[in-house]
Amino acid sequence: MAVTDPASAPRMASETRVSWVERVPAAYWVLGVVLLVMPAFAGNFVLNDIFGRSFYTGIIALSLMFLAGYGGMVSLVQMSIAGVGGYMIAIFGVSAIDTISLGWPWYVAIPISLVIAVIFGTLAGWLAVRTEGIYTIMITLAIAAAFFYFTRQNYVIFNGFSGFNGVLPPPLFGVDWQQAVPFYYLTLFWAVLCFLAVLYVSRAPFGLALQGVRDNPRRMAALGFNVTAHRVAAHSFAALLAGIGGILQTWNLSQISPGTAGIGPVIDILVIAVIGGLRHPIGPFIGAFIFVVLETFATDALIAVGLSGDRFQLLIGIGFLVIVFWSPDGILGLWEKVRAARARDPLLDRGGEGR
Amino acid sequence: MNAPLLTPNKGSISERLDATGTANALELRGVSKLFGALAALSDINLTVRPGERRAVLGSNGAGKTTLFNCVTGDFAASSGSIRFFGEDITQFPPQERIRRGLRRTYQISLLFAGLSVLDNVYLASTGVSRSRFSFLRPGRSDTLMASTENLVRVVHLEDAKDTMVAELSYGQQRQLEIAMALAGAPRFILFDEPAAGLSPTERSELIEILTGLPGHMGFIIIEHDMDVALRVAESVTMMHNGRIFKEGKPAEIEEDPEVQALYLGDGHG
Repeated sequence: MAVTDPASAPRMASETRVSWVERVPAAYWVLGVVLLVMPAFAGNFVLNDIFGRSFYTGIIALSLMFLAGYGGMVSLVQMSIAGVGGYMIAIFGVSAIDTISLGWPWYVAIPISLVIAVIFGTLAGWLAVRTEGIYTIMITLAIAAAFFYFTRQNYVIFNGFSGFNGVLPPPLFGVDWQQAVPFYYLTLFWAVLCFLAVLYVSRAPFGLALQGVRDNPRRMAALGFNVTAHRVAAHSFAALLAGIGGILQTWNLSQISPGTAGIGPVIDILVIAVIGGLRHPIGPFIGAFIFVVLETFATDALIAVGLSGDRFQLLIGIGFLVIVFWSPDGILGLWEKVRAARARDPLLDRGGEGR
Repeated sequence: MNAPLLTPNKGSISERLDATGTANALELRGVSKLFGALAALSDINLTVRPGERRAVLGSNGAGKTTLFNCVTGDFAASSGSIRFFGEDITQFPPQERIRRGLRRTYQISLLFAGLSVLDNVYLASTGVSRSRFSFLRPGRSDTLMASTENLVRVVHLEDAKDTMVAELSYGQQRQLEIAMALAGAPRFILFDEPAAGLSPTERSELIEILTGLPGHMGFIIIEHDMDVALRVAESVTMMHNGRIFKEGKPAEIEEDPEVQALYLGDGHG
């Protein structure tokens, strides 16, 4: 696997520096404008349940994409880290369970929640990076399962089975951030910020070195890099993303319970990241959008053709199989295949790029 | 990666000054490496002075690359001690040895194929600097980037600096290997067959690069090509079956009848 996708990654430094405006592909500008004016023509349901959900789920899947795509580490603990973020915002901030919730102001509760999520993610990563491949998946799955059962059985901190409800975003600037339009812009803002952060870090020394560690750990050690420390730091950064996603999700649903980070959602994040594509940070958001749309409308679609509505997971499963079978790089890979096929000269049967 | 992850003792300042002042660049005492029952290296004693340029010769399987792997920590030595400028590095993980100024190149190029020439060298430069954990991209006036560009020039790759490594010719990849070994003020370099597979022109270019290195930068070069080895090295170590077989000046080695019988063959000289 090549270190990065040269076509989409902006060059780190070159003498002929074009301004960043010119480097952004036109498709991104169109997408950006469409997303910005979306509330003008979309209803609350679409804004909140489709886009809002896609954005924060995409952020959590993005944290997995960062680890798996750039670091070669498939971690199943990302949803649990998001869960930690969500639980902590409920515990340190305001919720209906006022016997446990501390009710601290948002500017204390949010940083503390993120710090604890990062600590949790770092510890999980510290355990996981000592292993490779399937064992990393096993260890992170074990941590995720342990977190699920622990939150379900612990009533002192996590309020057991029922978890927390009434977890609302702070009424900052006099805006009720749970309303569809404000929440849409809130999640859009964080999704774009996280996306750009990952894109930026991927070409900064840390991200370059992470990709080097993925491709050739031995060589990286021979260049003076501490491979283990680098992998653990990647987990910390990914945990920050997952924590942000988790807090947004908790605010959106105004509740968090053990099921939020149950085994099902844990696997969903992996499915989303793979469907979208692990090679570029836009992938997880595409995957999240497709997943959310399928989950929302598959039931109706199945009923319409006379099948039982509760089989929507089947549809998602088939979609997953098709994508993994036809394009291991997800939707992004399919897109690139289509573009390559278009660039192909039918007479020479060669690509236009001289490959 | 199997090296024990001990936190190395930094030692006092005077100790380290002492270490850089008078000690040998490299000092191996009784180093052995066993792969199961096979002794790839047995009881190697080797001393290289600072700034010395040494060629290591020997047939395939003589243990030359294993010797490099033990020195850089890619493999842990089974026994014996390794001192680098006086400091005992036997237990250090590879990255700690590299950060002390040791460098190596690989016989089979280990490069990052999807990155450009410049990015590869930049990666090598950040590895030994504090910015290796930096989340910030380098700016225009970044000193690391400046030294990176300079290194690319030293190995004659300035015209290909934005080329992806996968698209480089074999010879250019070998030159890039050298640039990566030169990143970040090395004190001593191990070159593993840098001339293997190069054309005659590329070979003379390589000799030019090696002889053009600053005088304080010592190195050991593994080389089958006697013309390259004897032109860049001032002393020669012959290895055979995991042991040091002979040491001396290039001329002595070339004329040694035992060496000729063993290695140079009848056709030579």
